Amino acid sequence: MIEHALAVLIGLFFTVAIYLILSRSLIRMLLGIAILGNAVNLLIFTVGRVTREVPPIVPEGEYKPLEQIANPLPQALILTAIVIGFSLFAFLLVLTYRAYQELNADNTDTMRVAEPEDDPRPPLSY
Amino acid sequence: MASSSASTPKDLPPAMLDVATSVADWVIVWPIALPMVGAAILLMFRRRIELQAPFSFAVILGTVLSNFYLLGRIYADGPLTMTMGNWLPPFGISFTADTFGALLALVASVVMLFVVLYVQSEVENRENLYGYHPLLLLLLSGVSGAFLTGDLFNLYVWFELMLIASFGLMVIGGRKIQLDAAVKYGFLNFLATTIFLIAIAYTYGLVGTLNMADIMRKAPYVENGSISAVAALFFLAFAMKGAAFPVNSWLPASYHAPDPAVSALFAGLLTKVGIYALVRVHFMLIPQSFDQLQPVMMVVAGLTLVLSPMGAIAQTNIRRALGFFVMGGIGAMLAGLAFGPQMGGTGIALYAVHSMLTMTALYLASGLVERIGGTSDIRHLGGLYRASSPLSIIFLILVFATAGLPPFLGFWPKMVLVNSGVRLAGSGMDAMGAYHWWLVAALLVNSILTSIAGTRIWAHVFWRNGREGKQSEIPNDRLKPLDRKGVRWGLVPTAALVALIVALGLFPNIYFEAGLSSGASVLQTQGYEYSVFGGAS
Repeated sequence: MIEHALAVLIGLFFTVAIYLILSRSLIRMLLGIAILGNAVNLLIFTVGRVTREVPPIVPEGEYKPLEQIANPLPQALILTAIVIGFSLFAFLLVLTYRAYQELNADNTDTMRVAEPEDDPRPPLSY
Repeated sequence: MASSSASTPKDLPPAMLDVATSVADWVIVWPIALPMVGAAILLMFRRRIELQAPFSFAVILGTVLSNFYLLGRIYADGPLTMTMGNWLPPFGISFTADTFGALLALVASVVMLFVVLYVQSEVENRENLYGYHPLLLLLLSGVSGAFLTGDLFNLYVWFELMLIASFGLMVIGGRKIQLDAAVKYGFLNFLATTIFLIAIAYTYGLVGTLNMADIMRKAPYVENGSISAVAALFFLAFAMKGAAFPVNSWLPASYHAPDPAVSALFAGLLTKVGIYALVRVHFMLIPQSFDQLQPVMMVVAGLTLVLSPMGAIAQTNIRRALGFFVMGGIGAMLAGLAFGPQMGGTGIALYAVHSMLTMTALYLASGLVERIGGTSDIRHLGGLYRASSPLSIIFLILVFATAGLPPFLGFWPKMVLVNSGVRLAGSGMDAMGAYHWWLVAALLVNSILTSIAGTRIWAHVFWRNGREGKQSEIPNDRLKPLDRKGVRWGLVPTAALVALIVALGLFPNIYFEAGLSSGASVLQTQGYEYSVFGGAS
């Protein structure tokens, strides 16, 4: 049953993340990225099948677990995804701050250094 | 294996490899490990600026040589696998290289070799101090890892490694335009890899494994509807990484911002990793969902092919215009993808090799143009033929190669792709039948538009005497001829890369052999599986 609740929660996370990422403000976009990462982590957790909370440890003297255990692989995947997502998020955070300092812009509409708004027309000869 | 020796397991299937991987097979991780270890060492010596470039050149040369050896072995013996940590394949992470992956890894390292020489002409001591060369090596490590890995989640890790290295290279120098570009590049690429991760999660949920060879064996038993949804997610993620038409806006917003050497590397390597992943997933891992996605692929490929060179015509910034040429090439490779595994593989492999070499050379040449002209604005460039006639010849050759005009490299992959399209359209081998004519037309229109856009840039930058408008007959007085350093480290590596491109175009035997072998390797999923699992079922 818990899967259904988790599925709804993941859907909610994705909704919030997409709403925030569609915003023009960089800070909101950053928050959206953070929530998106958590939504994906929960998704990996859920698709790895939610089973009883038995640690995946084989008792001494046995060669396989005695009863159904929790799936350890999604945890490894999530851990990797968290570390990578966290490092990229940290970079984006610093980048946004530097962009705010240098360009004085927190709004993607006014960030037009690389793509000038009044880009002159290309030469028309030839 | 700490259990007492009193009882021995009897009925359990083996989980460990009993023989260690032979040392000769380790060659598959050299192209990944060498640059990664090299980057770590260079980071420790980052204050020894005189050491950076020679050491990084030596590491990349070593990577090129191991890639050569790897490709030779795979060409002779078929796909090669090494599984980490002695665990048997679905449990240990496998690195599996077939001809397609090894060929692209080789070309990537060769491109890097030319770029690291070119870097000498423009990198400053300050940038060296911030770790320019370690980032270059990490980027190469990530690209090689993506081409050689045999595990889907591992592929995601290499994508992220590549991404973080490219972030560093994008902002190094810290100019305003770079920060602006890095925000757009960063957010959108991070989004693309996150979508990739979502697709991985669903693949794991449906198939229960992430080892590529294991997915090939188990995916056919999964219900087709749900696997098609996953395939569509993969297509979205990799099309975004490869800058296909509706999701391409990050590329023209960012590729003209960093140093020319860095944008040359990005143009040469990064988008092609997206194409490689598309081929791997849609041709090899889950080909059963290909038929449903094919119409989407055709529309995306056709639009990318036709709209990209139009974008190039409308640009005033020379490197922004080149960014649209990169996307035009992506459209051609997507057309190969839409032609399907049977007909498309060879064309994609050939085009990817051409695109890696030619796009890198084009960006390197444009960097020299910007240095001579002092601006990247096509309106104010002009009369460069007088300042450097070798550069004008190099640029024109590259424009012809990009457009796919006959004696040059770009012609051969275009010919193979058009040939596949004509045969598919004529024979009605697949469901799309005569619709393939549209893709063939788009490929040819792309060539015409690219040659118009490219020769227009060439005419304005080199052929025209002076500057814009009425001043065009007055010689351009702002030109600064290349200094000694610019010629030795800038023009010579570019000319050498162009010489390689011309030689491959004039004597395409090896090139075709490699492309045909790669196209065949995409079809031989049994060989791929056998190399991972051996005879065991």
